[in-house]
Amino acid sequence: MKKLIALGLTYAVIQILIMTNLISDYLQATLVTICINIILAVSLNLITGFTGQFSLGHAGFMSIGAYVCALITMRTSTIYGFIIGVFAGALAAAIMGFLVGLPTLRLRGDYLAIASLGMSEIIRIIFLNLEITNGAAGLNNIPQFVNWTWLFIFMTATVLGISNFIKSSHGRACISIREDEIAAEAMGIDTIKYKVIAFVIGAFCAGIAGALYASYFYFIKPDLFGFLKSVDILVIVVLGGMGSISGSILAAILLALISTYLQSFPEIRMVLYAAALIAIMIFRPQGLMGSRELSLEFIGELGNRLKSRKGRV
Amino acid sequence: MTILNANKVTKSFGGLTAVAKASLKLEKGELVGLIGPNGAGKTTLFNLLTGIYTPDSGTISLYKDGQEIMLQGLRPNKICSNGLARTFQNIRLFKDLTVLENVLIAMHKNVKYGFVPSFLHLPYYKKQEQELINDSIELLKIFNLDDKKDELAKNLPYGEQRHLEIARALATNPVVLLLDEPAAGMNPAETAELTRIIKEIRQKFDLTILLIEHDMSLVMNICERIYVLDYGMVIASGTPEEIRSNKRVIEAYLGEEVNNA
Ligand SMILES: Nc1ncnc2c1ncn2[C@@H]1O[C@H](COP(=O)(O)OP(=O)(O)OP(=O)(O)O)[C@@H](O)[C@H]1O
Ligand SMILES: [Mg+2]
Repeated sequence: MKKLIALGLTYAVIQILIMTNLISDYLQATLVTICINIILAVSLNLITGFTGQFSLGHAGFMSIGAYVCALITMRTSTIYGFIIGVFAGALAAAIMGFLVGLPTLRLRGDYLAIASLGMSEIIRIIFLNLEITNGAAGLNNIPQFVNWTWLFIFMTATVLGISNFIKSSHGRACISIREDEIAAEAMGIDTIKYKVIAFVIGAFCAGIAGALYASYFYFIKPDLFGFLKSVDILVIVVLGGMGSISGSILAAILLALISTYLQSFPEIRMVLYAAALIAIMIFRPQGLMGSRELSLEFIGELGNRLKSRKGRV
Repeated sequence: MTILNANKVTKSFGGLTAVAKASLKLEKGELVGLIGPNGAGKTTLFNLLTGIYTPDSGTISLYKDGQEIMLQGLRPNKICSNGLARTFQNIRLFKDLTVLENVLIAMHKNVKYGFVPSFLHLPYYKKQEQELINDSIELLKIFNLDDKKDELAKNLPYGEQRHLEIARALATNPVVLLLDEPAAGMNPAETAELTRIIKEIRQKFDLTILLIEHDMSLVMNICERIYVLDYGMVIASGTPEEIRSNKRVIEAYLGEEVNNA
């Protein structure tokens, strides 16, 4: 119940800020980026942080969602077309996840990292060469349906869905693979099945993120979804903490803010960004949240720790 | 009535034959020991029985409800669902998870709710989840671990980690339980407690148990039958008395220890 109120408030406050123009168009783009990155990071966290499978192909799944949704809405430019586009994009990404995951996830070790990297490059090259996707120039004038309300709905659904899943027996099966794959198998967990499931759910959500991206920024091209984009998402997950959903959310917000702020220093922007990342990883190698979740008790505990530290001085 | 039958099972690693045409039979309800010097192939045999390794040759059959199930070639999770559970010599708990979560994971095959209830946390999910937790706590009580259900497995003392391994194996609802050196690293008092627990769970869950152990007093005390493995081969089998006086065993293995036990 508390959760619902907090969610409702977040939505309402930001909606009011947008309606009263207190959030400029520029800041709105940052807000959209944050929401999309939250979806991407939380879903990659399911694969990498919770199930322990190192994937470098998230941008590939994202691009499938983006292109499928763009192509559908450009033909059916209605809100139904948009909704169908989002789900068709997500489904296409999930199917791709299944096709790539099934053969590679049978193997132990880091084969998935290489296979997923290869997959996302192949997808990029396909989009680069297809006529329907307009090659390197990409798709322009994609109908814009995404607004704060849609973003909020999809983001909340993804985050709540995945954090609920993690707390179910199916989610625990995924976590047991990360903890000890051999022991998990010996305890009756079908590790291949659950690795594929985590991968497919992750791909599905990345597809949603891509669809939202296409529909908000109304312009996509293959270069937007290259290897660097996958690394960007991985950075958010690692920075927030492997296996912490609130960590992914915090890191997505923090990085977007740092990057927005640094826009005023274009020459040294990337240097400062990298320096900030290195600094955070030196001081919090386990990520901002480790594998813990932000909760009211956790905040209380932090408060107590600070107090006792003051007491000592 | 035979419940598990391994017939001439062989496994080599490169040039080394870790298990060589080993045959072993368990009757329903028996408590059988598996002993042998270090490197004899005991753990490897467990790994073959539970599907961690696939035998190079030989067959493994489990008899359940009057049916023969061939285990060789099945994946470990399938073998576990068929009713063969194990513990690990080098403890393999889910270290960073709680005691309760360790047991809950092993109960996974009892879960009937699908994916949709777990995304939405529907009432159906909540009810079953509560049942799973209750069952897990019941199980933990046997090992006096119910008070520690929220502790991380890695923070338990060594002996309790061994207990948790057994609890986790029991959570899979096995008919045959394989214990790999459950008393390793325990002091005599802890070993006595473990002995009591093994007897208790055997009764309570109607188990057939195969137990690897170096602690001869434990083996001679509770096992009805013993297999002796040396260089991957079964060199003797029989009652503790027979094993104690078996010449080949005394020669090949730990003569004095067997006599002193
Ligand atoms: N995965 C493997 N690869 C190569 N050799 C192995 C492997 N597993 C076991 N071995 C070898 O097989 C032989 C039997 O090992 P195993 O662990 O089964 O012995 P054990 O009887 O359990 O010994 P211990 O009493 O020390 O636990 C040893 O020589 C070991 O080095
Ligand atoms: Mg061993």
